[in-house]
Amino acid sequence: MSEPILTVEDLKVTFDTRQGRKWPWSPMKKVHAVNGVSLSLERGRTLGVVGESGCGKSTLIRAIAGLVTPTGGTVTLEGRAVDYGSRADVLALRHKVQMIFQDPVASLNPRMTVREIVSEPTRRFRGDLDPEAQDKLVHDLLDRVGIAQRNFNRYPHEFSGGQCQRIGIARALAVNPKILLCDEPVSALDVSIQAQVVNLLRELQAEMGLSLIFVAHDLGVVRHISDDILVMYMGGMMEKGESDALVRTPRHPYTQALLSSVPVPDPNVIVEPQVLEGDLPSPLNLPEGCLFQSRCPKRQDACKATKPALLAAGGREVACHFAE
Amino acid sequence: MSLLSVQDLAIRFSTGDGTVHAVNNVSFDIAPGEKVALVGESGSGKSQIALSIMGLLAKNAQVSGRILHEGRDLLTLSQDALNKVRAKKIAMIFQDPMSALNPYMRVGRQLTEIVELHEGLGRADARKRAIEAMEAVQIPDAKNRIDAYPHEFSGGMRQRIVIAMALICKPGLILADEPTTALDVTVQAQIMRLLDEIQSELNTAVLLITHDLGVVAGFCDRSMVLYGGRMMETAPTKDLFAAPSHPYTRGLLRAVPNINDAAGELRAIPGSPPNQLRPLTHCPFAARCVDAVEQCRSTLPELTGEATKRACLRPVEALS
Ligand SMILES: Nc1ncnc2c1ncn2[C@@H]1O[C@H](COP(=O)(O)OP(=O)(O)OP(=O)(O)O)[C@@H](O)[C@H]1O
Ligand SMILES: [Mg+2]
Repeated sequence: MSEPILTVEDLKVTFDTRQGRKWPWSPMKKVHAVNGVSLSLERGRTLGVVGESGCGKSTLIRAIAGLVTPTGGTVTLEGRAVDYGSRADVLALRHKVQMIFQDPVASLNPRMTVREIVSEPTRRFRGDLDPEAQDKLVHDLLDRVGIAQRNFNRYPHEFSGGQCQRIGIARALAVNPKILLCDEPVSALDVSIQAQVVNLLRELQAEMGLSLIFVAHDLGVVRHISDDILVMYMGGMMEKGESDALVRTPRHPYTQALLSSVPVPDPNVIVEPQVLEGDLPSPLNLPEGCLFQSRCPKRQDACKATKPALLAAGGREVACHFAE
Repeated sequence: MSLLSVQDLAIRFSTGDGTVHAVNNVSFDIAPGEKVALVGESGSGKSQIALSIMGLLAKNAQVSGRILHEGRDLLTLSQDALNKVRAKKIAMIFQDPMSALNPYMRVGRQLTEIVELHEGLGRADARKRAIEAMEAVQIPDAKNRIDAYPHEFSGGMRQRIVIAMALICKPGLILADEPTTALDVTVQAQIMRLLDEIQSELNTAVLLITHDLGVVAGFCDRSMVLYGGRMMETAPTKDLFAAPSHPYTRGLLRAVPNINDAAGELRAIPGSPPNQLRPLTHCPFAARCVDAVEQCRSTLPELTGEATKRACLRPVEALS
């Protein structure tokens, strides 16, 4: 194993919210969106992050990208801790870490042509190239993601969702980043188009040696693209491990329930979902002990009393007192 | 005998950009108690077909064809007669449960209103029926929660209430338009299981609209595949997955990632969806089809076959 390009240690993100307050003058409540996540990303590899809506997976990568400010923990990029308060650090981060967003159309400036959209970061971050080389780069990138030259002067609304996502990828690659953080990049796309974009990302990754964090709620897609998978629930880490092994033998009860619920596109496979009773806890009022206790089929007293530590064994990390 | 027979249905919309040809002469039947999937990509016309059955199309829509239900053409019924069919005989479930619920009204009242109106039940009987319906969709403590407002329920619970509303008059047909797309997989699994249980108990026919082939595989007896507003293939679900006949169906199945089989590359369908501003004169999939020949770009094939029907000049089995 090589030295990780990115490590995240005990990352926390808390938001203040007016929700759930009794009176307007009551103190703000805190939502714990990310609750102590640690991970490491190795060069050229892909880490998938899965979990149900609101589990904090998008906030996690937005915090890494510096789009929201972490309230705790450390992010280390190529061996150096990132100071999110420092402009220079954030600028350096943008140079190395780029994001791809869920809504491909909305993430592009509607008043800029496709050429302008990709030129902007090129000019800003690729001062090392002369203008001619910059133009060539823009041209090559758009060409590489499959946008025809005759379309370079058109505006985002003239493209389909899949094409907009390609343009977003070209824009992200313009700064020659080392890491791509992908936030549900194919969720808004149709299956046939989704496969085009997933394949494009994998090809680009191989060509450019990119490292990816790929957030999605579709476990099939995540399994397909990821070397490792991190499972989150209510902002916390439940389980992490190598993709194939994790899908084959999930050890955390939440991972087990999640995987048993994934519909399989094969009528000969009988899916027996493990039904979860109980309700999700309120993110404003997380329980002591295990975050999953209210819905866990294996819950015992210990789960209420103490929060299970993330224990590593055999390449797997699991946060459960009663892991299999 | 079919419960619903859609014949030559065409739906067009007049817009500032021109006429959108959303649904192009589609025909299909649904038998009593049958579970049928309508799959297809975004914009392929799935929702508009369901809305036309319910008489809920937008004002700029023009419809032609016939939609026969128990022998009557729903497209020619008066608003009054149609209202009677809706809810009592055909009910619809939408993707977003909040679009079907009134946020300011207690859920119990929303349920009782329907049976008071359609079945003439008195207050007390209606309330009893509402509690039964909530219990049928497995809402715990229904007796007490009947007086809660929609926002007091989670997303999955709200969708259960919407299902209760759809079922309360025991309709013969339910049109479910992406009923679980907005829900998490664990909740989706619960809702699909619930639909399955209720369906087999009441023997209700279900038209399930979805783009998720996993959900289709687990639930439907028969599947219909739509592309560019045109029916490409219809077949028993097992056959469709085992041996797709239309090249588009084959492409779609190859593009779906399967959690149990991560080997190899996803096989994408190159190209992008068709432009619906032009009337269909040839197969809408021809531009993206690897097997297309000249004739595919000049003729519009009809849906033909027995158990498996496909609209294709060069079906998969004929080439292999
Ligand atoms: N009121 C309207 N005016 C103009 N075009 C419309 C109108 N309503 C729908 N359409 C068009 O009709 C076509 C079919 O739409 P429909 O909603 O049936 O798609 P769908 O298959 O349900 O897609 P999705 O999976 O995104 O829900 C689309 O091209 C859509 O843009
Ligand atoms: Mg729709």
